[in-house]
Amino acid sequence: MSDTHQHSIVFVRETMLPEQDPPVTERGIVKWMRQNLFSSIPNGILTLAALVAIYVLLANFLPWFLNGIWDAPSIRACREILDGGVGGCFAVLTERWNQLLFGFQYPDTEYWRPTLAFVLLFVAIAPVMFYKLFPKPMLFFTGLYPFLAYWLIWGGSIWSPIFALLGFVAGYVVWTRLVSKSFAAGFFGAIVAAFVVWTVGGYIVPALTPEETALVAVPSRDMGGFMLNMILGTVCVALSLPFGIALALGRQSDMPIIKWICVIFIEFIRGVPLITLLFVANVVLAYFLPPGTTFDLILRVIIMITMFASAYIAEVIRGGLAALPRGQYEAADSLGLDYPQAMRLIILPQALKISIPGIVNVAVGLFKDTTLVSVISMFDLVGMIRGPILASTEWNGVYWELLGFAAFLFFVVCYGISQYSQWLERQLQTDHR
Amino acid sequence: MTTLSDPPRESFQLSMLLNDTRYRSYTFQFIALIALIAFFGYLGSNLVQNLRDAGLNISYGFLGEPSNYDINQTLIEYDSRSSHWRASVVGVLNTLLVAFLACVTATVIGVIAGVLRLSNNWLVRKLMAVYVEAFRNVPVLIWIIIIFTIMTAVLPAPRDFRGDDPAASMLFDAFAFTNRGVYIPKPVFETGGVAVVLVFLLSVVGVFYYRRYATKLLYDTGKLLPMGWPSLAILILPSLVFYVLLGRPIGLEYPELKGFNFGGGINIRGSLIALWFALAIYTGAFIAENVRAGIQSVSKGQTEAAASLGLRPGRIMNLVILPQALRVIIPPLISQYLNITKNSSLAIAVGYMDITGTLGGITLNQTGRAIEAVLLLMLFYLVISLSISALMNVYNNAMKLKER
Repeated sequence: MSDTHQHSIVFVRETMLPEQDPPVTERGIVKWMRQNLFSSIPNGILTLAALVAIYVLLANFLPWFLNGIWDAPSIRACREILDGGVGGCFAVLTERWNQLLFGFQYPDTEYWRPTLAFVLLFVAIAPVMFYKLFPKPMLFFTGLYPFLAYWLIWGGSIWSPIFALLGFVAGYVVWTRLVSKSFAAGFFGAIVAAFVVWTVGGYIVPALTPEETALVAVPSRDMGGFMLNMILGTVCVALSLPFGIALALGRQSDMPIIKWICVIFIEFIRGVPLITLLFVANVVLAYFLPPGTTFDLILRVIIMITMFASAYIAEVIRGGLAALPRGQYEAADSLGLDYPQAMRLIILPQALKISIPGIVNVAVGLFKDTTLVSVISMFDLVGMIRGPILASTEWNGVYWELLGFAAFLFFVVCYGISQYSQWLERQLQTDHR
Repeated sequence: MTTLSDPPRESFQLSMLLNDTRYRSYTFQFIALIALIAFFGYLGSNLVQNLRDAGLNISYGFLGEPSNYDINQTLIEYDSRSSHWRASVVGVLNTLLVAFLACVTATVIGVIAGVLRLSNNWLVRKLMAVYVEAFRNVPVLIWIIIIFTIMTAVLPAPRDFRGDDPAASMLFDAFAFTNRGVYIPKPVFETGGVAVVLVFLLSVVGVFYYRRYATKLLYDTGKLLPMGWPSLAILILPSLVFYVLLGRPIGLEYPELKGFNFGGGINIRGSLIALWFALAIYTGAFIAENVRAGIQSVSKGQTEAAASLGLRPGRIMNLVILPQALRVIIPPLISQYLNITKNSSLAIAVGYMDITGTLGGITLNQTGRAIEAVLLLMLFYLVISLSISALMNVYNNAMKLKER
C-alpha cells in the first residue's frame, strides 16, 4: 500500500527550512517606532507635535549657543563681533565668573579658600553618602570638616574653630562616660562640658590670636554669589536635621505641654512663606535681641532658614515615625529599653530610613529657596545677577546667558541630589520584592 | 494559705519626680514651660527696652493714614490718598487673584503632563520627563525672573505697533502683547447684560442637576442617558438665545493704540503674568509627579478587572481608576495649592503688588512699622494656610477608606 502513495507525493522535505527574518515592519527600529511612536493615529499626531516642539526649541537654542561669544569686554563689543547675527554673549560668564561664584567683595587673592572648602566638602560627605565604599576612619574628617570649612571661608584666628571643636569633643567625652548610667545625665553633662570649654575659649582666643592671622579674616557681609547659596544650603540642612528630629519626637510625645509647643512651632512656621521669615531676620529680629548686640545678617538668616527647614523636616520624620508598625515600639518596650534607648536603637534608625526621600526633597527645596535671600538685598547668585552685574554699564541686557547659567548651576546640584536619593532608596531597600 | 495584700503605699518622695516614670513627665513639662516663659519674657523685655531706646511704640494707627503710593494693578478702587489699610486689602486681593489663577493653570498643566508621562508614546514620555525635571530642579525665583524678563525685555514696546508697516501687530486685532503688559478685550455690559450672565450661571447649575439626574437614573433603572452633548447644549444654548433676544447686550471693548500707549481693554501687567505663569509651570511639574504617582498607585488588576467586566477604556478611567487615584492625588495637590499661595509672596521680586509688596514692602518701608507689618503679614498667610489645611482634613476624613 505504501508504494502507491509514494507516487502521489512529489517532494518530501527532509530538513527544516531556515528561520525567516520577521517582516520589516515587525523588527528593529521600525517595530520600535510603530510600537512607541505611531501605535495609533492620535499617538502619531502627538509624536509629530513633540517633534515640532523639539525642533523649534533646538532651532532657537543651538545657533544662539554655538554661535556664542566667549571673549569680549562688554555687551556692545559682543554685538559688534556678532554683527547682527544670532549668538549668545557668554563673555559675561568668563568676565564675571568670580562675582557669580564668590560675590563681588570676597578678596580675589583668597578664592582658593572657598574653592578648597568646596572640594573638601565632597571628601567629607563621601563617607556618609557612600558608607559602604569608604573606610570608617574617614568619618573623622567629616567631623572635622565644619570647623575646617569655617576657618577656610571666614579665615581669621584658627583658635576659634579649634575651641569650638574642643567644646564638642569635651561634650562627647562626658557623654560617653555618663550615658551608660542615665541618658539625661549624659545629655545635660555633655551640654555643660561643651559650654564650659566654649566660655573658657571665649576668654583665651583673643589672647592667642596673633596680629597677622595665617588666613585673612573675611567678614560675612562679603560673602556672595553661588558660594552664599552653598553655605546657606549646607549649613541650614545640616543644622535642621537634629532640630527636626527633636521637633518630630516632641510632636509624638505624650506630654501635652511639650507636644503643643512643638505643634504650634511647626504649624506656625509651615503656615508662613519663607520671605516673611527673612523679613523677620532682616528688620524685626534686632528688636528682640539685647540692646547693643549686633548680629551678622548672614547669621540671622541662617537662624531663620534653619527654623524653617526644621519644621518641614520634622513633618517628614513624623511621617516616618507614624509609618513604623506599632509592634516595633512594643518590641522595644518589651526588651526593657527606656525611651532614649528605644528611640536611638530601634525606632529612629528605621524611621529615618523611611524618611530619607522626604528629607532629600526638603533639602533640595531648601537649597532652591536660598535664592530668596536676594529679596532682602543679600548678593547671592540671583542677587548678583539682578544687582551688580545687570546694573553695570558693560553687561546691561545680557539676561539669558546669566539666568541660564544660574538655572544650570541649580539644576546640576538639585538633580544630582535627587538622583542620589533614588539610588540610596534602592540601596536601603531591605524588603524582598 | 496565702493572702494577697496591697503593697504598702509608698509615701511621695522628692526624688520620684525624676526617677518615677509616673511623675517624671510632669517634671519635664514643668521645666519646659518655665524655660518657654523665661525665653519669651527675655525676648519681651528686650523688645520693650529696644523700643524705649528708639522712642517707638507698637501701634496699628499707621493703617488709617494715607498711603501716598500708587499701585498699578488693583481689583478695587484705590489711589494714593487711600489708607494703608486699603493698600493692604488691595494686596490681599492681588495675592488671592494670582494664587487662584496659578492654581487653576498649574492643575491643568500638571494633570496633562502627569498623564502624558504615562503615555505609551516614548517621545512624549521623555519630553514630559525633561519638563518635570527641568522645572522641579531650578528655583521658582529664577523662573519668575526669566518670564518677567520675557515680558519686559523681549516683547515689543507699544510704539512698535504704530505706523503703516509696524514692527509688531496685535493678535486677532484684540490682544496686544507689549512690554507694558498684555492688553485684552474688556467685556462691556449694557442693559440686559446682567440677565445673560444670570442665565449662564443658571445653566451651569442646570448642567449639574442634569448630570446628577442622569447618574441617579443609571443607578436606579440602568437606563443610560447621553452626558456629553446635552450638557454642552444646556450650558450654551439658553445664554445664546437670551444674548440674541436681548439684542446683544454684552459687547467687547478692544484695546486701541492711543498716542504712545494702548487705551481701552484690560491691561494685565507683565509682573502678574510672570508670577502667574512661573508659579503655574513650576508647580505644574510637581503636580504632574503627584498625578503620575496617583495613577500608578492603582494596581493593574483594577484595570484588568474592569476590562474583563466589559467596560470601555474611557469608562475604566472614569469609573474605576480615577476615583481610586484621586484619593491619592488630592491631598498632595492641596498642599501644592498652599505652596503656590506662599510662593506668590515672591511677587516682591518682580514688583507685583501683592500683600507682601504693599504691606510688607512699601508700607513697611514708609512707616518703619516693621514689627506690626510683619506680624500682620504672617497672620494673613497663617489664616490662609490653616483654613486650607482645615478643609483638607475635612476632605481626608470624608474620603478615608471605610474599613469595617
